[in-house]
Amino acid sequence: MNVTELVMGGDAALFMSGMNAHLLDFLASGYNYWMAVVLMMIGFYITLTRSNLVKKIIGLNLFQTAMFLLYISIGNVANGTVPILTDKPGALYSNPLPHVLILTAIVVGIATTALGLALAVRIHEAYGTIEEDEILDAEAGDS
Amino acid sequence: MLFAFLIATALGIAYLRHLFAVVMLAGMFSLLSALLLLSMDAADVAFTEAAVGAGIATILMLGAMALTERQEKPLKSSMLKRLPALAVAGSFGALLIYAMFDAPPFGDPFAPAQVHVAPYYIEQTAREIDVPNLVTAILASYRGFDTLGEVVVIFTAGIGVALLLGGFVFRERSK
Amino acid sequence: MQHHLVLRVIAKLLFAPILLFAFYVQFHGDFGPGGGFQAGLIFASAFVLHGLLFDVSSARQFLPDRLLQVGAAVGVLLYAGTGLASVLLGGNFLDYDHLAEAPTSGQHLGIILVEAGVGITVACVVVMVFRAFADHLPCLREQDW
Repeated sequence: MNVTELVMGGDAALFMSGMNAHLLDFLASGYNYWMAVVLMMIGFYITLTRSNLVKKIIGLNLFQTAMFLLYISIGNVANGTVPILTDKPGALYSNPLPHVLILTAIVVGIATTALGLALAVRIHEAYGTIEEDEILDAEAGDS
Repeated sequence: MLFAFLIATALGIAYLRHLFAVVMLAGMFSLLSALLLLSMDAADVAFTEAAVGAGIATILMLGAMALTERQEKPLKSSMLKRLPALAVAGSFGALLIYAMFDAPPFGDPFAPAQVHVAPYYIEQTAREIDVPNLVTAILASYRGFDTLGEVVVIFTAGIGVALLLGGFVFRERSK
Repeated sequence: MQHHLVLRVIAKLLFAPILLFAFYVQFHGDFGPGGGFQAGLIFASAFVLHGLLFDVSSARQFLPDRLLQVGAAVGVLLYAGTGLASVLLGGNFLDYDHLAEAPTSGQHLGIILVEAGVGITVACVVVMVFRAFADHLPCLREQDW
């Protein structure tokens, strides 16, 4: 009984003294992921609430870039280097697989963004506006 | 630190209504994220992001903006109507962050993502492909089929834009 | 020519180095950061810069639209054709081991061909998209910006 109390107390003291270090470790272990999620949600919010189509596309782009950051964060290895083979023995490389996936995703992203912007331009030519609610009003007026 | 800049830029994009400023901020956002990608050892990705985001995307958005409107109209919906969207985004974000408490710590060399196929690529590339840049080796050889699909997507998107905006020159033939 | 004189002179100076850098990125992609995607974008950005500062029609004279359309398709076909060639030479689709005597030199050849296909398609599509937007644009006056 006495011993257990001692151990418990010792643990608590250790916990108190090491809490700052623990907290920092904890923050560092997930900081990148959380910040990427925050950015992602800002992009999501822009896409949901803005009625301007160009702004919506920019919001989608934010979302996409945040996703890239999250993906590359997952592939990062502490003390690793750029995944280009060197002669140095025992070099630790970051995971090249997310890099490949994101590299192609970026270029596909710009292609689809261009398509979206082209659609916005055509909508502007047809309706004279790129505000979503005004387009809906025009649609309702037609029918 | 870079994340703080990124979030400030993103908030600026959310609040500004002058589209020219928004497009410029979007370009800045891309450049900052390229820096961040470079700091996470992704040189190839950072290179592409800088070329795409700060170059081509900004120019295309400026073009689209010049063809449509320069000013975003003030939102008609009241703050109360936007509250559900804020709630959805907030709760979704909170859920994602909650889920990420289970994720392996940042930079962990033994995380599941690092021990699946990546070691094979890193160890065998020198013998099988003999190309120093691992990203190129995987992109073009190990995952060549994937990249073929991406190229087809880009090609299709190009055709789509040309069809929508009338870039195709079939007139000469029909004369 | 009176507008943006400095920008135009700089653009003319930069045009060739940008193209050269694109080729460097394309062919040095095996050894350092780079590859077909980036090279295509950089190649296209030279023409986009030219198109922003001069009129698009002058660039059309040596890079006609028809060439861009054909080029975009040729890139994809070069990629898929490399895959088919490796099938015909006895391997799997996009398995470059059989393209040359030694597997690694076959891989080198395959990667160079495939990256060239990617670069051609990306460059052509980006210039095509830029021109599609630029053609719609009425001539912008100074005060518009």
